[in-house]
Formats: sequence, C-alpha cells, structure tokens
Amino acid sequence: MIRTVLRTEHVTMQFGGVIAVNDLNIVVKEHEIIALIGPNGAGKTTAFNDITGVYTPTKGRVIYSPAEGSEADITGKKPSDIAKMGIARTFQNIRLFKDLSVYENVLIAKHLHLKSSFVAATLRLPGYKKEEEAMRADVERLLKEVNLWDVRNEKASSLPYGKQRYLEIVRALATKPQLLLLDEPAAGMNPKETSELTDFIRQIRDRFNLTIFMIEHHMDLVMEISDRIYVLDFGNTIATGNPTEIQNNERVIKAYLGEDEDA
Amino acid sequence: MNKDKRNIMLTLVALVVLFGVACFAQTEIDSYVRRIINLCLIYAIIGLSMNITNGFAGQFSLGQAGFMAIGAYMVGIFTVPVNLRADVFYATPMHPWLVNIYIPLWLALILGGVLAAVVAGLIGTPVLRLRGDYLAIATLGFSEIIRIVITNATSITNGALGIKNIPPLNDVRYIFLVTAISYIIITLLLNSSYGRAFKAIREDEIAAEAMGIGLFYHKNLAFMVSAFFAGIGGGLYGALLGTVDPKNFLFTITYNFLLIIVLGGMGSITGSMFGAIIVTAGLEYLRLFDEPLEIMGVAIPLFRPGLRMVVFSILLMICVLFWRHGIMGTNELTWEKILNFVKHPLAGFRKKGVQGK
Repeated sequence: MIRTVLRTEHVTMQFGGVIAVNDLNIVVKEHEIIALIGPNGAGKTTAFNDITGVYTPTKGRVIYSPAEGSEADITGKKPSDIAKMGIARTFQNIRLFKDLSVYENVLIAKHLHLKSSFVAATLRLPGYKKEEEAMRADVERLLKEVNLWDVRNEKASSLPYGKQRYLEIVRALATKPQLLLLDEPAAGMNPKETSELTDFIRQIRDRFNLTIFMIEHHMDLVMEISDRIYVLDFGNTIATGNPTEIQNNERVIKAYLGEDEDA
Repeated sequence: MNKDKRNIMLTLVALVVLFGVACFAQTEIDSYVRRIINLCLIYAIIGLSMNITNGFAGQFSLGQAGFMAIGAYMVGIFTVPVNLRADVFYATPMHPWLVNIYIPLWLALILGGVLAAVVAGLIGTPVLRLRGDYLAIATLGFSEIIRIVITNATSITNGALGIKNIPPLNDVRYIFLVTAISYIIITLLLNSSYGRAFKAIREDEIAAEAMGIGLFYHKNLAFMVSAFFAGIGGGLYGALLGTVDPKNFLFTITYNFLLIIVLGGMGSITGSMFGAIIVTAGLEYLRLFDEPLEIMGVAIPLFRPGLRMVVFSILLMICVLFWRHGIMGTNELTWEKILNFVKHPLAGFRKKGVQGK
C-alpha cells in the first residue's frame, strides 16, 4: 500500500465571520502530484498556511507522515518545526531573501539541519567546519543541477522573474523536504515557460523522491501533471478526482465560468 | 581556501601592526587624544553590538544604554579597591555581602557581559514578539527600567551618587585588545550559518520561518549576543571614565550608537568601526565651533556653545540624504577590495571611462 504523506481531517479556518476553508479533507500519497485549484479567494493559500503552520486551523487536524509507520499531528506547530520535519513550501508572491546572493539564499535553507551550536559555529570547531563544508558542497551540486550556478553571486532580486520562481523552488529543495508545497509556481509565466516548469516539477519529483502538492491556475500545467485534483470554491471542496473527471465536472465548470443564465 | 588563508594572514599582520600603533600611542601621545582613541574603540564595540540586532537580524532595538549600564556597574561595583569603598558609599553603606568582593577588571567585564546577556534573554522573551517600532519602544522602556532599578538599588550601586574611584583605564593597548577580540568573535559569528540565519530573518521573517529558521531562538540569540558585547563595552566605558553614574546611561546615549550604525551602514561590520570613529572623533573635534571666535577683533556671533551640535546635525543630514545606506551599506571593506585598490588605484575611475565608449 502506498503511504499517505499528508492528510487533513476536517480542517476548517474561520476569520471572524468568514469561513475561509470549510471541512477540508485532503489525502496526499507518496510520490503523487496533487493540485489544489479554485477561483480567486477560494481559500487555497489559507489551506496551505494551515498545513505549514502559518495559521492554526480553527477546527480539524493536519496529519503528516514523514516515514512508513510514523505519523505526527502537526496542527498548530511552528512553521520552522514543520519545515524541519520535511515540509517545504514556496510562496505565491515570491519571498526570496532579496538583498542576498542566489548562493546565500540556498545556503540559508541548509541552516535548519545544522547540529553545531552557535558557540561551535563561532569558534569554527571541526564539527561545524565539516557541516559547513557539506552544506556548501550540497548547495553547489544543487545550483549546478538547476543551472543557477553561473548566477550564484547575483543578488536574488536582480534575477529575471522566471528565475526567481525557480530559485524559490530550489531554496525549498535545499531543506531536503519529503513534501513540497508550491503556491502558484507558474504565476506570471508564458506558455513556453509554463511547459518548461511542468517538466521541471516532474524532474525534481523523481530526482529528489518528492511528493508535491501545489496550487495552480494554469490549467494546461495542472491537467498535464496532476495525479489528482481538489477543487475549492468559497472554502468548500466541490470536487476531487483525476484531471479528466475534473474537466467534465459540472460544479467545477460552474464555479469557474458561472451559471448559464439562459438555462 | 588559499584566499582564505591569505586573508587570515593579512588580518593577523594588520592586528599586530595596529597593536604596535596602540603601544606607540600609549607612550607617545597625550592623555586627551588617548581618551578620544579609547572612546572610539569602545563606541565601536557597542556600535557593532547594536548592529547585530538592528543591522543583521533586522530587529530595531534601542536597549543598548541599559545593557551598557549593567556592564559598567559590574565594573564599578567590583573593581573599586576594597579600602576605598567606604569613601564611595558614604551616604548608604555598601551591602555587607559585596563590600569585600574584589574582581579583576577582565573578569568583571566578562561577568558584566554575561549578566547583560541574561537580562536580555529575560527581556527578549516577551519583547521580541513585537516588530518594528513597537519593539523599539519596548526595548527603550526596558533600558530605562534597568537604569531606574540601578538608581534605586542604593546599597549595591550607590544610587544617584554613582560610583567613583574606579581605577582609571586610559590604556589604549588594553582597550584595543578587547575591541579586537570582540570584533573577531562577532565577525566569526556573523559569517557563520547563524549569521546567515540572522540575515534571513532581516530579509523576510515569513520566508525564514518557512525555511526552518526558528524566529524566537535566533532573535533571542542575536539580542543576547548584542547585550553581551554592549555589557563589555559599557564596562570599558565605566573604567575609562573612572566613574559610573546612572545619568551616563540615559536612553539618549543609545542614539549615539544608532547614529554610528546608520552612518557606518546597517549590516556592516567594518562600517560600525568607521561610524564609531567618525561620530566620536567628529563630536570631539567639532568642539572648536563651541568656542568663541574672533576674526580681526570682531567676534563672530554664531560661535558659542551648542553650535557644534548644529554643525554635526547638518553634516548628518547631508550624509543621510546622499548616502542613504550609510558609508558601507551592507558591504564590508575586504582584503580583496584593499588589494585591488593598491594594485589599481585608479580602477574605480577608469571603469566609468570604459563604459562611456
């Protein structure tokens, strides 16, 4: 049986009188690519924030299984602890460390697995030196693999928009995640770039043995890549299924296109 | 690796040369100038300590005066010779537990730093949840609380009378060594993975947290290390003046250090040093504006006490208007830059010419 990496149980998020996410039950299995779609304001990013600890859900639980046979309730844990457990994410509006170099951006993402204390780090004790060298070697390998090595010394904010998106994904990869959450990775990309990104997401899934859960608006990308799709509208899950099912689901079409008034 | 080794060698050579200069200054230069040099060095430590939180970790803290006071009082209370203490504490006798405890200066400095760091840890727990202006106000408030506690703990600190008879330390060599060690330690910390984590928090807290950097731990760490070195700087300050007094640690002194790091560059280690030198020496040598000036028998009416601050403020405004990120910004003066400059002193100008073609 394939392991369930992430599961949300009746997750509900309420802001005052607004129910942003209502009774969300998502199951993400190992090595799957799952998409979360829905019109603007449907609660997709809120769902992400509930999973990554930015918000604590008003109701419900988030269960994460980092390995076979182990399960952890990560509801309401700190984002940094969730990241340490192996869930990495990107952001809808790119959140790079803008004034730092490409290299530093990725190197910082290695900090979470550092075992040496700040004293050992300050005194450059052998244990720390070894760890630092390993981190740097990892970053070098990663940046070379994704063709960002040549621009490693550039400021992150000076990269073209598309490369910034890639860099954010690479930075998330540097934390060695099991589960990668991508919040609109193709936002602002043209069709050619989107199709390159589609290949890239598949590649990293296989290369790093990832499970991917993403929010996306580009339907070509979503339909081509997803194993399953969840559709949110006004916080409610209105459909789930594989791409063909979703494409033919009437409620989804309605949510996206609106009701036909003449009918 | 080779370059790293070269840089370490160059740094060591520079330190030895500067220590030589310090020894020379100690024997050959008069005590007024020595005092200015020492003040520059002490302000450089405290400025850099403030830069850890404000420039590197991006947490706008204004608590430096309080942490300095802790360090200074540690030196004041424990390094006054035991037989002179009755003279100092003439109004309220010193607490009997403390009256016979003497600690050498170096240990008092370290203990002062440690106590300041502990206090910072206690303050940081509630306060570092705040951001931006709110954090600034809260730390400012705590710094005043520290001062007021000190003023009122009369049997320990001699209250508003302050502590005199601290063996004066106008020794450039000693203060230079403490400054050098502080700079080395802070530089090593800031260039380590922890320093990068501080910068990540400065750049984007939410992203840093999503990358697994615990905000609370790292902010508190920055805050405590900052307080530690502010405590050491404060201890040297007390020893340099030979007296500590609660009025020395009004929150206004914090602005001196804010000035140093804004001028030098928020997030620049070498910038803090330049800022400290400019602010300290600048304030000292602009004193000529405070003195009456007569040109050909006519007294210039502007030259009177206070003009110094006017001139200084104008200079500052010009500086901030034209170099918004201070002298160094977040850059450092590295050996690469110095060597390049030595090899091609005009390269900076030539580049512009090439672009023009």
